[in-house]
Amino acid sequence: MLSFLLRRIGSGLALIVVIASLMFVLMNMTGQNVARNIAGQTASEEQVAAKSAELGLDQPVVTRYLDWIGSAIQGDLGSSWFTGQPVTDTIGAKLPVTLSILLVGLLVGTIFSVIIGVAAAVKGGWVDRAVQLLAIIGFALPSFLIALVLAAIFAVKLQIFPAVGYVELAESFSGWAKSITLPAIALAIGAIAATAQQVRGSMIDVLKMDYVRTLRSRGLSARSLLFRHALRNAAPPALTVLSLQFIGLVGGAVVVEKVFGLYGIGTLVFSSSSSGDQPLVLGVVVVMVLIIVLVNLLMDVAYGWLNPKVRV
Amino acid sequence: MTLPSPDGTAGVAPDAAALVGVALPKRAHLVRRLLKDPTAVVSIVLLIVIAAASFAAPLLTSADPAAPSLANTLGPPAPGHPLGFDGVGRDIFARLLYGGQVSLIGALIAVLVAVAIGVPSGLLAGYAKGAFDAVASWTANLTMAIPAIVILLVVMTALGASTSTAMIVFGVLMSPGVFRLVRASVVAVREELYVDAARVSGLSDARIMRRHILPVVAAPTIIQAAQMFGIAIMIQAGLQFLGIGSSAESSWGSMLSDAFSNIYVAPQLLVWPGLALTITVSAFALLGNALRDSLGATAIKPSRAARRKARAAKSAARVTPSAKTPAIVLSDDAASDDDDAAADAATPEADVLLVVENLRVAYPTSGGESVVVDGISLTVRKGEVVGLVGESGSGKTQTAFSILGLLPPEAQVTAHTISFDGRQIAGLGRNAMNELRGRRIGYVPQEPMSNLDPSFRIGFQLVEPMRQHLGLSKAQAKAKALGLLARVGINDPERTFAAYPHEISGGMAQRVLIAGAVSCDPELLIADEPTTALDVTVQAEVLDLMRSLQAEREMGMILVTHNFGVVADICDRVAVMQTGKIVETAPARELFANPQHPYTRMLLDSTLEDSVPRRALAAVGAAATGSTAADTTLATDPTTPTGESA
Repeated sequence: MLSFLLRRIGSGLALIVVIASLMFVLMNMTGQNVARNIAGQTASEEQVAAKSAELGLDQPVVTRYLDWIGSAIQGDLGSSWFTGQPVTDTIGAKLPVTLSILLVGLLVGTIFSVIIGVAAAVKGGWVDRAVQLLAIIGFALPSFLIALVLAAIFAVKLQIFPAVGYVELAESFSGWAKSITLPAIALAIGAIAATAQQVRGSMIDVLKMDYVRTLRSRGLSARSLLFRHALRNAAPPALTVLSLQFIGLVGGAVVVEKVFGLYGIGTLVFSSSSSGDQPLVLGVVVVMVLIIVLVNLLMDVAYGWLNPKVRV
Repeated sequence: MTLPSPDGTAGVAPDAAALVGVALPKRAHLVRRLLKDPTAVVSIVLLIVIAAASFAAPLLTSADPAAPSLANTLGPPAPGHPLGFDGVGRDIFARLLYGGQVSLIGALIAVLVAVAIGVPSGLLAGYAKGAFDAVASWTANLTMAIPAIVILLVVMTALGASTSTAMIVFGVLMSPGVFRLVRASVVAVREELYVDAARVSGLSDARIMRRHILPVVAAPTIIQAAQMFGIAIMIQAGLQFLGIGSSAESSWGSMLSDAFSNIYVAPQLLVWPGLALTITVSAFALLGNALRDSLGATAIKPSRAARRKARAAKSAARVTPSAKTPAIVLSDDAASDDDDAAADAATPEADVLLVVENLRVAYPTSGGESVVVDGISLTVRKGEVVGLVGESGSGKTQTAFSILGLLPPEAQVTAHTISFDGRQIAGLGRNAMNELRGRRIGYVPQEPMSNLDPSFRIGFQLVEPMRQHLGLSKAQAKAKALGLLARVGINDPERTFAAYPHEISGGMAQRVLIAGAVSCDPELLIADEPTTALDVTVQAEVLDLMRSLQAEREMGMILVTHNFGVVADICDRVAVMQTGKIVETAPARELFANPQHPYTRMLLDSTLEDSVPRRALAAVGAAATGSTAADTTLATDPTTPTGESA
């Protein structure tokens, strides 16, 4: 199990470095004159050159890359070109919002995928057909559209939940819960559609297995049979789908945050990339990939716990 | 890293594994099959209507989709403006139609780019393998590990913000999905013999590619293209919603953005672009599914009639007793009736353990039903071992499963009586059955390795039923399980207790399953070919074990087997089954000495022919041919090896 985990951690770190490098290259292909943007259109050539030198833009790309990656490895992601604030501080302030909706979305997604998938597999009939329909609809509704519809109904019309803004967890639990309910649901629905399908499929497969019949011959209760034995064996493939879905969840956060006026790192990646604030964009991308890697690592651990064969 | 998603949106990732190996049938054939599928017809019609309406926009409306008018802000429908006006007074109907053009063209660009990159690189990587494969696969995994929209945002600032640029880039980002699918398809077919044969016979690589590989790649790619269309339309709308793309251009995404800014005053603005987006994407998704069904032929939907039949069968799935001849399938309510009827069914004979009368098992088929057990009757007394013998497919196992209530839901089971220890058990509910199964009736399966739950330690699988049935504490159950493991001949019970099924051998696994079957001291043991899947050397040991357990606990036993050596070894009485019927029942000795039915004789003869001659089996042969002199050898030789395998 340990070497399995170490391998996963290693490949996760490699992924972060490679993607950060890729992004660095992409952002420097632009030829956009950021120094001019920051200094302002009325600035003189000297002022622009001075800004350029200040940001280190007069250095060769390779030097800048090595500088950036060198300090990034030590945890220093540089400072914003526009505000001058350390990138880690800016991201740190916005991370709780995004993590809240992502993790709650993932949790809600997991719970409902299991309930819906198991019900479809066991009950069959109209329950099953309803789930198939839900899967198609869940696939066809992008998360921002779900977010818009939820906002229109539950925030604007019924006013059960706030339409915009985030309440910190430390401030008020119920406020926090209310402020992230709609965004988390909007994110989770697509993941539920895909994952519940997989849970259904692998439950149907597992329930046909010889050992399930043998367990039944031992007179085990239906509850133990379904939720202890069958579900555990059906879970690994569903977990793989879920970790793929999580990548989609992170992408969805970019748009869903906008709908609900949440200033998280999704909004940050949008605003910083449109202004060309390179250190901030790179920092946010690194953090996003880090979140994906960590969640996937968590799922790998769960996978290993569920499936004794991969532990070796 | 776990395999990353091909699209990075929250959509359903097209499952490469499920698509691999789908072959492309003849074109005309495919069209005909597609047109038979209502889902396909509906989705194709929808898409044609949407495309026609979008591209005929100038004919359908004279309004300018980009012309704002302050006077008309949020105006209601008016003549020539059937859907009213948006937040800056533009015509909604016109914007919807022109937005459709933008969406469809954009998605087409993305899909073409993805296919243009993914197919050739996938073909090359799958066919040539080597360094190119390694690099390409690695790159593909990498681009899939990060949300597409994040890469798009970064790239868009670099390349400028037009929808078509965005869709080209998104096509590049989707190409790994196509690459992986094509590569997997090629790798799968590359290993096939006919490709080797083509290579050996000197066909050029280009020729092999065209003749043998491309057809295999085409079908999955077409299916995936349909799914990618939907995904591209969604991500495009997302970008436009965020404000990327030309502001002069109408698009569904920017309409949603306008609706969002007016969400307090005019939330109804969401409806039209939302519907257009959802219907278009659903149509593509459904088309993808329909294509997969008609190309793959794996997931063909059962016809309505077949579904109805399956449903009817399901409601009859439980064993339903009938009080009088002939056997009638009773409704569920009647089946779970009461205990009076059960008491009537009790046999007067005190030592009778199990009575089966006129059991019938059938499965619905397209042309009616197929009867696998056809009115058999069987009695097992306390402490008696009854052999149920016959070729594979004769209904032995189905008989065993119907006594235990373990047949699949589609099986239609009827019986006059299945009574256990004087109590009618046919038609018992699941909970009542669970009090018998494992507790009073044990079951030993045929294939040991597939009958242990791979995710749980062996100890847990032994302890769980004992705790449930006998109410033992964890420690008591563990002590009893260790004792059982020792009893069934496992040398290191502690270690096996803590092991997972994949860590032990087949012979050990069968011993574990036997231990599990007898763990709650059942009165009846049903063993389904318990030695067939084992090594020859282990077979005799396991059979010895079963016999000694049976004798020591005085269990009644039904031994399902096709092996007369096993029968000779252990059975008191034998029932011979052929095509769902019992053709002969007799005490074991009598059967060997004087088989009445021709089928029994044939089985006995073939047993002799198939196996290496051994003492006891030679005796069986002699008995079968009429000599009674061998009887004593048969019955008294406990070391009789049970030679032949399945």
